Amino acid sequence: MARKVSTRRKAVNTGIAWTVGLLIFFPILWTVLTSFKTEAQAIADPPIWFNFHWTLENYVTVQERSNYFRHFWNSVVISVGSTLIGLAIAVPAAWAMAFVPGKRTKDLLMWMLSTKMLPPVGVLVPIYLLFQRFGLLDTQVGLIIVLTLINLPIIVWMLYTYFREIPVDILEAARMDGAGLKDEVISVLLPMAVPGMASTVLLNIILAWNEAFWTLNLTAAKAAPLTAFIASYSSPEGLFYAKLSAASTMAIAPILIMGWFSQKQLVRGLTFGAVK
Amino acid sequence: MGRITLDKVTKSFGEVQVIPPLDLTIDDGEFVVFVGPSGCGKSTLLRLIAGLEDITSGQIRIDREDATHVPPAKRGLAMVFQSYALYPHMSVRKNIAFPLKMAKMDAAERDKRVDYAASVLNLTDYLDRRPGQLSGGQRQRVAIGRAIVREPAAFLFDEPLSNLDAALRVNMRLEISELHNTLKTTMVYVTHDQVEAMTMADKIVVLHAGRIEQVGSPLELYHTPRNTFVAGFIGSPKMNLIEGPEAAKHAAHTIGIRPEHLDTSAEAGTWEGRVGVSEHLGSDTFFHVHDTGLAETLTVRASGEVALRHGDRIFLTPQMDKLHRFDAEGLRIA
Repeated sequence: MARKVSTRRKAVNTGIAWTVGLLIFFPILWTVLTSFKTEAQAIADPPIWFNFHWTLENYVTVQERSNYFRHFWNSVVISVGSTLIGLAIAVPAAWAMAFVPGKRTKDLLMWMLSTKMLPPVGVLVPIYLLFQRFGLLDTQVGLIIVLTLINLPIIVWMLYTYFREIPVDILEAARMDGAGLKDEVISVLLPMAVPGMASTVLLNIILAWNEAFWTLNLTAAKAAPLTAFIASYSSPEGLFYAKLSAASTMAIAPILIMGWFSQKQLVRGLTFGAVK
Repeated sequence: MGRITLDKVTKSFGEVQVIPPLDLTIDDGEFVVFVGPSGCGKSTLLRLIAGLEDITSGQIRIDREDATHVPPAKRGLAMVFQSYALYPHMSVRKNIAFPLKMAKMDAAERDKRVDYAASVLNLTDYLDRRPGQLSGGQRQRVAIGRAIVREPAAFLFDEPLSNLDAALRVNMRLEISELHNTLKTTMVYVTHDQVEAMTMADKIVVLHAGRIEQVGSPLELYHTPRNTFVAGFIGSPKMNLIEGPEAAKHAAHTIGIRPEHLDTSAEAGTWEGRVGVSEHLGSDTFFHVHDTGLAETLTVRASGEVALRHGDRIFLTPQMDKLHRFDAEGLRIA
């Protein structure tokens, strides 16, 4: 029998949900609002909410002072590049782990996940020295490599979870029908895993887009993505809040828009396997 | 041609041997059914023939060629899975055509074969639908269509009807038998349902704990079961197996009498007892008789409707020419 929920209870639940939602959304809203204020209004006490003279001045200044589109392009190349290379490595790995698991598959998966528990700063020095040695500092290629490796465990885990939901019978039927490994993966497995692949790609692009630690430490000017672009407005001296907010808004807008349009796919991806 | 020979085939998973050394020959054009209880190894045996599992030792020959290490796709066999295993992202036409596409057959010939299979299986109107838009029976027909178009040396069926409802199961059973009569291709069929086995098979292979208990025609198995396991497994309701002094009177450790071979009377008979639960099927009545002085409850099958009520007294007499005798090892005494 379906559980009955009283109107009052519903109203309370709705109120709580809206409060939590607004709390989470508030920093983004405040950043966007601040980006349209002057520097003086941005630090006014008490804070000014909506009653201020809206200006695009900060956006103009930011674009004049730094080349937004170059950073944007670096972010696109690094996030999409690391995701595609990650997929190319993760698809065969997840296939093997899901369909021909060995005795140590579970251990391997746990080990991969455990690498995400290591504080990145712990390996910063060796990676920095390696990058320096191989001339990868401040290059798109260098960042693609490091972000691919960092996010690979998540891609493998997500694809592994998706592949595990695909009935083995169907792959065996393909084998009986004469499909080789390539046809089995390309013609049968991947088309069936499209929803899972899509959410994996989306999540990985978001993670790579927002990655700040490695991008800040391994880039200077040439390959710096939007995260480095935002950081360049964070200064201990001077009035930069409004410009910093404008830069942040410009940096998160593309990924926010992408996330908005693909939220259904993302939620499905993140809750996959939780319920049948 | 579709002659399949298993020569001392074994299969182990780690330390556990699920198929002890096993020999079997399936002749060309035969309809062979592997039957046995859950976990007896019948599906594993089918998968070994298909090549979906590697055998641990022994040899599998298909049409006298050693196929032991030949991959599934190259064995010339087609398989119909219990779960249908259709490709959900492809239309029915693409599903059926998939093996032909893998064989790089040209599009015109492919279409011709798909259309023929669809007409045989009454699927012509559904060719553009996806599997998700079909009923269980239609999906099973698509799975069979996908097998037919390959013109395989043999068809392998892994409990293909177990996901269907009872009425549809009977229809599909007839359709598969009809298909075998039309194509005359070897069919190996796995089921745990002995009624399916009895009604469809030319030859039944009864399996128990990975071993073959008996191979024979349905009626051979019914009339001369080799041991108590086969006697109990083949036939529905199952054979009454009686041990103790009553069996000793017939110089046996165990005697067996099928429910349909017990005559009933209200006045006199070999065993007197009381009627317990009765199951009325219309065409037949099954009733269970207690308090006969035997350790076992006896099941009786009477033709038509029988007006016996719970607690009624009844006399039962076995038809002596239909009595089966087994020794202490459970083996049939000739």
